[in-house]
Parts: sequence; C-alpha cells; structure tokens
Amino acid sequence: MSDLLTLSAVETHIGRYHILHGVELAVPEGRTTMLLGRNGAGKTTTLRTIMGLWRASRGEIRLGQKRIEALATPDIARAGIGYVPETMAVFSDLTVRENLVLAAREGAMDQARLDWIFGFFPPLKKFWLSRAGTLSGGQKQMLSFARAFIEERKLLLIDEPTKGLAPAIIGALIDCLKEVKRRGATILLVEQNFRVAQEIGDLVGVMDNGRVVHSGTMAELAADAMLQHRLLGLSLDTHQ
Amino acid sequence: MSAQDSATDVGAALPKARRDFLPLLLPVALALAALPFIPSSSTWVTLTIAGLAMGMMIFIMASGLTLIFGLMDVLNFGHGAFIAIGAYLATLVLLPLGGWMQADSIWLNLAAVVPAVIVAMAGTAVLGLAFERVVIAPVYGQHLKQILITMGGMIVAEQILYALFGPQQIPLPLPTSLRGSFQIGEAAIEKYRVVCVVAGLVVFLSMLAILNRTRIGLLIRAGVENTEMVEALGYRITRLFVGVFMAGSALAGLGGVMWGLYREQVNAAMGGELLVLVFIVVIIGGLGSVTGCFIGALLVALATNYAGFLVPKLALVTDIALMVAVLLWRPRGLYPVTSR
Repeated sequence: MSDLLTLSAVETHIGRYHILHGVELAVPEGRTTMLLGRNGAGKTTTLRTIMGLWRASRGEIRLGQKRIEALATPDIARAGIGYVPETMAVFSDLTVRENLVLAAREGAMDQARLDWIFGFFPPLKKFWLSRAGTLSGGQKQMLSFARAFIEERKLLLIDEPTKGLAPAIIGALIDCLKEVKRRGATILLVEQNFRVAQEIGDLVGVMDNGRVVHSGTMAELAADAMLQHRLLGLSLDTHQ
Repeated sequence: MSAQDSATDVGAALPKARRDFLPLLLPVALALAALPFIPSSSTWVTLTIAGLAMGMMIFIMASGLTLIFGLMDVLNFGHGAFIAIGAYLATLVLLPLGGWMQADSIWLNLAAVVPAVIVAMAGTAVLGLAFERVVIAPVYGQHLKQILITMGGMIVAEQILYALFGPQQIPLPLPTSLRGSFQIGEAAIEKYRVVCVVAGLVVFLSMLAILNRTRIGLLIRAGVENTEMVEALGYRITRLFVGVFMAGSALAGLGGVMWGLYREQVNAAMGGELLVLVFIVVIIGGLGSVTGCFIGALLVALATNYAGFLVPKLALVTDIALMVAVLLWRPRGLYPVTSR
C-alpha cells in the first residue's frame, strides 16, 4: 500500500499567526484516513494548505511523486484532488445542474456516474434546475459531495461533512462515502463526529496545536478509550 | 439506503424560488408616473425615448464596471479613462474619414463608423489588459489602495489626453444617415437615439446569453460568488479576471464612442464626468448584477430626463436622490449579487 499523499514538516502561517507547526501525515492509496482533533487543532488549515488555498510556508507536500506545495490551487485540483469544504461552498446563484457542469471540467457529465450520484442523493435529480441557494443545508451538502464525485479524482479532501446536519442525512452521506470507498477512492476526511469517523475511517491522524500527534488505525483508536481520552479529551463510548 | 427514503428534509420540496420582478417594473412605473405631468403625449414619447437611449449608453459603460467589481472585487475608479480613451480612439479613426461620414450613403457611413468602433473597443481592451496587469494586480484585495491607484490612473490618463489633444472640445459629428429623426404622430424621435436603444439591448441580451448559456458565463457567475471555490474546482480565475477586465474596458470604450457621437464632441474630462453617473448606476443595480445595472441605468436616465424637462434645477440631483431612495428601499441595491 503506497502513500498517495504525504505531508512532511508542513508549516502554515495565516497573517501573523503560525497555525501548522510541522505537520507529518501520510494518506495511503485506496484508504480513508480520518483527521481528528479538537477545534482549532489545525485540521481545516491542513486541508486548505494541501489545496493551496493557504500557502505552506515550509515543508513538502507530495501527491504521488509530484511536489504540489508550490502549485496554484487550480493546478493542484487538476492534479487530481477533489475538495469538499466545510462551508459546502455551493454556488447559490447557479442551478444544481450548473454547479455540476462546472465541476465536470473534462467535458460533458457522464450519465452513468450522474445516475449513480442520483441513487444516493435523489433530491439533486428532483431539484436539477433549481437554484442551489434555495436548497436545504442537507441538500447543499449532497450537491457539494456530488461536485467532488462527478468525475474520478485521485484524492478526495472532505472537511466536516456532517456538521450541523440531521442524523438521517448523515446516514445518506455515510452510505455514499462507503460506496466511494468500495470503488477504491482515496479519502482524507476531517470529522468531529467520532461515530462517523469510526464507521468510515481505516486510518487516523489526530491533530493538536498544529501538529499530528498520533497516527494509526481507526480500529486501534476506537478500541482504546484511554487513548481517545488522552488525544481527544473524550471517548467514543461516551460520545454520540 | 437512499437519502430520499431516509431523510425527513432531504427530499422535501424547495421553498418556492422568489422571482423578483419588482425592480423590472420600476422604469415602466417611472415613465407612467411622469406622464400626467408632461403637457403632451408626444413630448412624453420624445423624452422617454431620449431617456432610454441615454440609459442604454450609461448601461454599456457601467456593465463592465459592475462585472469587474462583482468578479474581481476591484473598485476601478480608472474605468472613466477607458470611456474617454475609447471616444478619442474613434475620433482618430473618424477624423480622416470625414468625407465618408458626411456622404449620403449609409454604406460609406458604416465603413467609417464600424472600424472606429472596432479600434476603440480593441484599443481599450488592450489598455485594459495593461492596466489590470500593471496597476490593479498588485492591489487585489486592498480596497483603499485600489481607490487611490485607479483614481491616480484616471488622472494620469486624463492628463495624457490633454497633453496629446489639448483642452479643447474635439468635434465628432454624427454620420449623415444617423442624423435627423423619425416622425411618429407628433413625436420626433431622433434616429441616433433609436440606434442607441437597439445597441444597448443587443449588448444587454448578449451579456445575459453569455452569462447564462456558456461555460465562461457560468464561471463568471460562480466567480462573482466564490472565487476560491472556482479555483478549487480547477479553473484559473486570474485568466478569467483578465478577460473580464478587458471586456469591461472594451464596453467602456464602446460607451465612450456612443456618448461622443451623441454629444457630437469629445473632451479629455468626459470620462471623469461620466464616472460618477456610472458608479451610481452600479450601486443602484446591486454590485455585480448586469440586470440590476441595466435597470439602474434606465431609471437614472429617465428620471434625469423627466426632471430636466419639468424642474430643470432638480435634474442636477436626480441621480443622487434616486440612489438614496433605492438604497433606503433595498440597501444592497436592486439585484445584489455579491455579499461584499
């Protein structure tokens, strides 16, 4: 199992604030790696730094063998990374269809893939020609997922997809992620909901104060309440 | 498990999309409201057509600015320079072709005007490219610096025009075939005003078609909302920025040519004089909205024309008063696009 994405000693400054302090992380190909940690630990900054939305001030980021830390965001995306931001960032003024047309940058959308997406997210078909701004929060998250899945990507970066969503919608998103996993996708997923993390994750990196302080398998972390408590300040058994 | 059969709100019907037609009715309402105060219907028709023509010219000048602000978040006070430069470039082409302009043949007239418009638009587009790369690019995201440096660019351009062409007004006569008027009943409608209305509509409809029917248009609309996400989808927004800036500058150049022909003269200060009006229209329309800009331009021009006829002194403050009224009603303009 080779690493598709590696971060070595990555540091990021935002203005005068030093946010990432030498992040070391490896994301193996074909696996789902969860990035956990308390609020403010640097998880979102890590994803944004990988995407080039914030520039790494030091360190090295590799996608396969290619260094990407100095590339512009569009070039990083074109290298094969799909990004689902924490804010969903759907284009409110555009219809559901137009959002997906833009995401399918290689040309026309693949109908079979679109049907596969509709299978998980029927509302996207129902509201195909509706403006994305009129969708509910859950529907917007589905659209944000669909945008990342409409074409094959080497790596998916997904930032807190279940935040603020109803349990039933979270279930739909989990089902979709499981299917994407089954198809062999490589995913780096930031998640605060530990139940979701446990259900989806193969591997885990735990961040604290701008560093990855623990790396291992999700199963190990899930089985060790002491470790959870030490790293995250709570345990999976007590957290719903 | 699918989302539809599992989630309570996931497949729920959308709230009915609010179709906001009210601003579209404002120019019609304004025109109808003015009707009882104007002594004859023929005068009203003449004033209304004149207002529409003026509004279309202002729209052409302002539409580029609203896109530039909406997409690039750039406050370009140098936009007026492109209006003046466009007018001067057309003048440079038209002066040696004076014979064709004064000929009775519409084809000779067109043979003079069309190249002048092309030169004006191409020239201002190229200057826009240079202006964006040299002046604007270093101050992206810094509004105060943008205001200062683009205002500076405007002053420099104006002074260069003074140095090259002098302070005097330069005549820019209309071609013969656009002189005179149509008589409809008792109303006299100038031919050139009809041309302006048609040109404005063509520009407006073309912009709507590009924004709504093409991939470039989708990218512009998406970029107006969230440039970062457009980049994260793999599109180089800076190229789009440059393209939109060039198109906006070219439209300003076209507007300058039309305004110069309308006034039948050009002068170096015309860009600065029109800039205030252009900004008022962009603010009334809602920053970044082409449709809002179109309606704003029509409102300002119609109101100025009616007020100029009824209470000439009032015409001096009509555009400001209109902007205040619109912003009291809708603080972010008629059709706000950006949250900035």
